[in-house]
Amino acid sequence: MTRTRLAKLSFYVPALLYLAVFFGFPILTNLTMSFQDYTVTSFYAGDAPWTGLGNYAAVLGDELFPTTLWNTAVFTVASLAFQFAIGLGLALFFRRRFPLGGLLRALLLLPWLLPLLVSGTVFRWLLDQDYGIVNHVLLTLHLISDPVPWLVSPDHAMAAVVIANVWIGIPFNMVILYGGLQSIAPHLYEAAALDGAGAWQKFRYVTWPLLRPVTSVVLMLGLIYTIKAFDVVMVLTQGGPADATQLLSTWSYQVSFTELHFGEGAAVGNVLIVIAMLFALVYLRAVRREQAGR
Amino acid sequence: MSTTTTTATTSATATTTTTAATAATATAARTAVGRWGVTALALVIVAVLLFPLYWMFNASLQPSHALLSIPPRWFPADPTLDGYRAAFDTQGRHLLISLFVACGNVLVTLAVAAPLAWALAKFRLRYAGLLLFVLLIVQMLPGIVKANSLFTLYSEIGLLNNTIGLMLAQSTLSVPFAAVLLRAQLQQVPTEVVEAAALDGAGHWRTFLRIVLPMSRNGVITAGLFAFLFSWADFLFAITLTSREAVTPVTVGIYRFIGANTTDWNALMASAVLASVPAAILLVIAQRYIAVGVTGGSVKD
Repeated sequence: MTRTRLAKLSFYVPALLYLAVFFGFPILTNLTMSFQDYTVTSFYAGDAPWTGLGNYAAVLGDELFPTTLWNTAVFTVASLAFQFAIGLGLALFFRRRFPLGGLLRALLLLPWLLPLLVSGTVFRWLLDQDYGIVNHVLLTLHLISDPVPWLVSPDHAMAAVVIANVWIGIPFNMVILYGGLQSIAPHLYEAAALDGAGAWQKFRYVTWPLLRPVTSVVLMLGLIYTIKAFDVVMVLTQGGPADATQLLSTWSYQVSFTELHFGEGAAVGNVLIVIAMLFALVYLRAVRREQAGR
Repeated sequence: MSTTTTTATTSATATTTTTAATAATATAARTAVGRWGVTALALVIVAVLLFPLYWMFNASLQPSHALLSIPPRWFPADPTLDGYRAAFDTQGRHLLISLFVACGNVLVTLAVAAPLAWALAKFRLRYAGLLLFVLLIVQMLPGIVKANSLFTLYSEIGLLNNTIGLMLAQSTLSVPFAAVLLRAQLQQVPTEVVEAAALDGAGHWRTFLRIVLPMSRNGVITAGLFAFLFSWADFLFAITLTSREAVTPVTVGIYRFIGANTTDWNALMASAVLASVPAAILLVIAQRYIAVGVTGGSVKD
């Protein structure tokens, strides 16, 4: 009996220890660090003086704080809006049955599987001011008269990182929304057609309401992932130029690993946690409500 | 959501169309043309969306001076492998490190997550619900927070610039995901099978390793695949926890390469192609597992 108990424990106790070390510890350390003056010397001295709320005061009072908060919001909302709209359009399009449909839909997953750093690097090349194909095409079509300084001008950098991030996020939105569309019973459309509904009315009164649970899942997951986005911005602009694309995540990195103020970096990280967790809880509640409603 | 089924249905409908065509030739022929018309439109959409990847590949085969010509060359008319040579020279080592760390992460992830998933699925743990909640919520933890505190921990215990340390840090991306995904899969193992094994005298671990895991092969493959991809793509832990050239994976290798040679687009794009290879291979050989994993690990049930 005790042997069985031990055997059972050996299934999950190692995992619990793992969770404690790799999730519990970092969260706690980040919390304590945010109340300490933790700098490079702390590593050698092994000691960091307590500063109370000093780090938070410094971070929240920093002129970069409202900037990064605003940038994070703009980046997140713009990315989500376009990813979702384009993803939904594609999902609706690929719902039709046509030769090679499955294969072509599968190919669209590729951007999502690539390392973000690779996608970012490719967009650096696409958006290069002098030799990038995007400017070349826009100039040829006479949509612009001068090359757009996508990555080097504070006025355009945010648009550039959003474009790259939208491209990366489209497949994820498409796949989940496509799955949601598949689960809508065909007879509902037949019934709507009998009632004389056109394509728009079918979308408005059948697809959209029935897709709502999936819509909220995809938007919330997208929100949670986009809020902590880091790689794309780092490779495209490193938060620049002139902090035009500095997000909370990249700022936290910069404060900790470039300026070596680990305490303040931890404080920025905690602000990010609070925001991410707020949305995470809203999301989990939405999922639970959806499952209860099923 | 499996595409193989969809393709099968599509070809089945196509066959129906052919049979119908003999009956009512005109209408059916028009439908068939319409279908191929949709395919043509779909090809255009795919071409536009995947254009950045073509452009990467195109640049990876053109000499650097050709890339700095206006107008740009749409095809590598005069292809060169110089870029790939340079990519292997500068990134070869980083690619091997990425491969090693990613494979190691698959093992770590499965070793931690699979037994936990089984316990969550079948042991009737008192706090199973809470644990599942924790596994979901920690996936939403911003990576920079983990990096910040693991950096201080690692510097104390000497795991900075260590591939094992990096592997363990990256496993935090895949362990909760794999545990949630596998739990859903392992729940489907019939309890009778487990009871029968117990009657035959098999212990918990023996049943788990010899019967449960082989029965849930697909779930294990999906979890392993995603552990590999997460690790291969990781940049945040790599840039914060490794600084020495000898231990940095390819994502950081490319990042530093951009910093050092902003104009050598040929070698840079060749490196980017090489770093995309695993994703491309996995999409071809394991597409049905990927479809399962898109949400499987971050949504309950």
